[in-house]
Amino acid sequence: MNIFDMTIHELHAALKGKQISSREATVAMLDRIETIEPQVGSFITVTSEQALTAAKSADERIARGECHLLTGIPMAIKDIFLTEGIRTTCGSRILNNFIPPYSASSWEKLRDRGAVLLGKLNQDEFAMGSSNESSAFGITRNPWDTTCIPGGSSGGSAAAVAARQAIATLGTDTGGSIRQPASHCGCVGLKPTYGRVSRYGVIAYASSLDQVGPLTRDVADCAAMLEAIAGHDPRDSTSVNTAVPDYTATLKGGVKGLKIGLPKEYYIEGLDPDVQRAMDAAIETYRRLGAEFVDISLPHTDYAVATYYLIATAEASSNLARYDGVRFGHRAEADGLLDMYAKSRSEGFGTEVKRRIMLGTYALSSGYYDAYYVKAQKVRTLIMNDFIAAFADVDVLLTPVAPTPAFKIGEKINDPLQMYLSDIFTIPVNLAGTCAMSLPAGFSASGLPIGLQLIGKPFGEETVLRAGYAFEQATEWHLRKAAI
Amino acid sequence: MKYQPVIGLEVHVQLKTDTKIFCGCSTQFGAEPNSQTCPVCLGLPGALPVLNKKVVEFAIKAGLSTNCSITPRSIFARKNYFYPDLPKGYQISQFEDPICQRGWLDIPVEGQENKRIGITRIHMEEDAGKLVHGELSGPGDGSGVDLNRACTPLLEVVSEPDLRSSDEAVIYLKQLHQIVTWLGICDGNMEEGSFRCDANVSVMPVGSDTLGTRAEIKNVNSFKFVKQAIEYEIQRQIDLIEDGGTIVQETRLFDPNSGTTRSMRSKEEAHDYRYFPDPDLVPLVISNEWVERSRQKLPELPGQRQQRFIDDLGLPRYDAEVLTASRALADYFEAGVAAGGNAKAVGNWIMGEITRALNDRGTSIETCPVTPVQLAQLLKLIDTGTISGKIAKTVFDEMWQSGKAPQTIVEEQGLLQVSDISAIESIINDIMAANAGQVEEYRGGKEKVFGFFVGQVMKASKGKANPTVVNELLLNKLKG
Repeated sequence: MNIFDMTIHELHAALKGKQISSREATVAMLDRIETIEPQVGSFITVTSEQALTAAKSADERIARGECHLLTGIPMAIKDIFLTEGIRTTCGSRILNNFIPPYSASSWEKLRDRGAVLLGKLNQDEFAMGSSNESSAFGITRNPWDTTCIPGGSSGGSAAAVAARQAIATLGTDTGGSIRQPASHCGCVGLKPTYGRVSRYGVIAYASSLDQVGPLTRDVADCAAMLEAIAGHDPRDSTSVNTAVPDYTATLKGGVKGLKIGLPKEYYIEGLDPDVQRAMDAAIETYRRLGAEFVDISLPHTDYAVATYYLIATAEASSNLARYDGVRFGHRAEADGLLDMYAKSRSEGFGTEVKRRIMLGTYALSSGYYDAYYVKAQKVRTLIMNDFIAAFADVDVLLTPVAPTPAFKIGEKINDPLQMYLSDIFTIPVNLAGTCAMSLPAGFSASGLPIGLQLIGKPFGEETVLRAGYAFEQATEWHLRKAAI
Repeated sequence: MKYQPVIGLEVHVQLKTDTKIFCGCSTQFGAEPNSQTCPVCLGLPGALPVLNKKVVEFAIKAGLSTNCSITPRSIFARKNYFYPDLPKGYQISQFEDPICQRGWLDIPVEGQENKRIGITRIHMEEDAGKLVHGELSGPGDGSGVDLNRACTPLLEVVSEPDLRSSDEAVIYLKQLHQIVTWLGICDGNMEEGSFRCDANVSVMPVGSDTLGTRAEIKNVNSFKFVKQAIEYEIQRQIDLIEDGGTIVQETRLFDPNSGTTRSMRSKEEAHDYRYFPDPDLVPLVISNEWVERSRQKLPELPGQRQQRFIDDLGLPRYDAEVLTASRALADYFEAGVAAGGNAKAVGNWIMGEITRALNDRGTSIETCPVTPVQLAQLLKLIDTGTISGKIAKTVFDEMWQSGKAPQTIVEEQGLLQVSDISAIESIINDIMAANAGQVEEYRGGKEKVFGFFVGQVMKASKGKANPTVVNELLLNKLKG
């Protein structure tokens, strides 16, 4: 078995059993990255040297008998996570030269457990996009079909797992940015409950929606990664101080008697027939495993995309004000202060980012604030209430992740509205602040992966992971590998 | 036509916390530029604010001391604008639902009972950094940004437009200054900008009930300048109206050198701050218990203490006001009284000798080398006739120098007052013998010469002779 094909658990067993060293694993991954990267474009920065140093100290730890599940495991993280001393761009030209003086909490937690950083992954600029085409560092291709997008904004994180360039990765999800690329690339991706994982050191897009999560080959790895990164962080006021459960211990509980809700608003006419078929098959599988299905309604679903594009852009317009050329990042040659602001930002930001800054600025403007921002917040509450009501009757919801499999590169890049609709089934989860996971559930006629989404109650990650694990055990979709 | 000025003040109070409002950096003034910074106050990507609890406690104290209600669930908001000293491109402040609302201060106004000045709100916010122009050590003559002050905690206290003259504005401002320094939440240093004020000024014809268009005057950073700026602005507006002009809503800058105000930006140029709730900070929930706990711990406020000094200690209002100028001064006074000093006498000594000595040495009551207990001891020596009031001043100077107890100094230096009749008689005899001419003058009816003899006797006794005894004996002897 190739090292790069392994899961965290498989590689861990090999490391612990001393069949493989972390150094060997790291070298294997770096070789793989070098070979595959020209076809995929998952990475913005590959940190070979640091990776080998980290592997060496991981090997020393393992030799001392300190072998945590993640010790010595080569990983990569989205370029939205600050990494001390390692350039962090967020996919933007404006941070082309930004070397942070500190690291994100979530990455620190992985690093402290001995994880090896292979590099920083490509993404849509400032996490704004659903196709990884808005990166200032080139597009990322879908490892299953390199003429297709990998999804976004954590496109690099999903593609790297699918192309076996990393054993596991971290992404962020503001409106579907982990789940949609996970679905398009055939891997497992989890967006935890808002507040479950610290946002400290994660470059903010929309602060009330952003959440950090893992992308992995299977559900067990996903549970292990979540366990490592979850928990209260005194540096993030929105991180929640509740104990982190042992997600691995409860994985095998099965789904007998589990009540699964099917929201009718998610099974719409425009749904791609291949996606519909995959959902039907998944429902059958769960039935066979003893789960019960309940038809439910989330009546405000229709308003989710519009609500999201007001709240997220409003927050983004403010979050991105700090990129002004004064203290770090790109500074244009200019005459005077205003000119410096205008030129630095005009040159530094790409089209989609500018579009969202303008939308958000407008939504917050005096005279429009009540009609847009305040109204959107009210609708957000209604959407939350939809979920609360639904979860009074069911344990999880089962829905598609995206209305279609991965689309072609260039297909929607000039049609923002079409692009925004790719996230129609993932956005409501962020607005409600709850958790959801995408996992492989089939393939389209043309061989592209299709994911299913399990939406859980707030802090219901245990149930989601347990239900996902049961499905994975009963199917083989997650075992297929992109031919790349 | 007669015009009525209408004034409201917005006061920024810098809070005396050890660390900043949203990070753990020090708030010390005057450190090396950018040495007191971290990812949070530098506004680096990914950094998040965490609220300093001390700031909330200080805000509650300020609110309770100005009769405000404390908002049970208050919200932080972002005020968005670009400026190089504002690292995030927004200031974290409060907009809707500030921590304190609807309070007031009663200020003494000449010719009437106390006047009630409404306080609209008090909110918490972070300060910006500051720009440094043309004094950079590096190459070029550009401008630099020092972010040591960024994220320093401020309270903004917004008054209702209830003030009607520059004098009222200054009285209100002084009272607020006294409260925040009294509470120990602000060092009150106006030069360093710890207490600064913007004034909203408008005028309307006397008798009108429609407010005029207002100008906001920025950068008025002393009581004197507040008076100057407001008076200038009132006259400017009146002149403008009289000349047939109209007042425009604008922000004006006070220039302390010329004592004038000049336009900074008009309403059209005003920022749209695009306030919205900061998603990085959760709503601040303040329980009733928390408020009540703070209320219990609140010190007796200057106004209450003044009244007690008048009612219980029989001080005149003026003395009570002077003695409550600061909490330390009032504490000193009360400690002196508690140690057995007569209230009026302790007060007089503090307002006289002690204040003079403190001023001469440029120091403050907190570091006064004479303790209140020692002061009371000194006063007791005067009361019991052990020393004269005159000698007491010498003893006081010695106490200041050496820190010794007054009794010790009196004994060491032989300053005990002489009341022994035979000793004083002997001095008088000598003086009369040496000044026979003056004795004749007195006896011839020139009674003014009496003072000369008193002076001579006191001089001969080195001030130690009991003046009452001297007077009595002299009178008898001179009359023969």
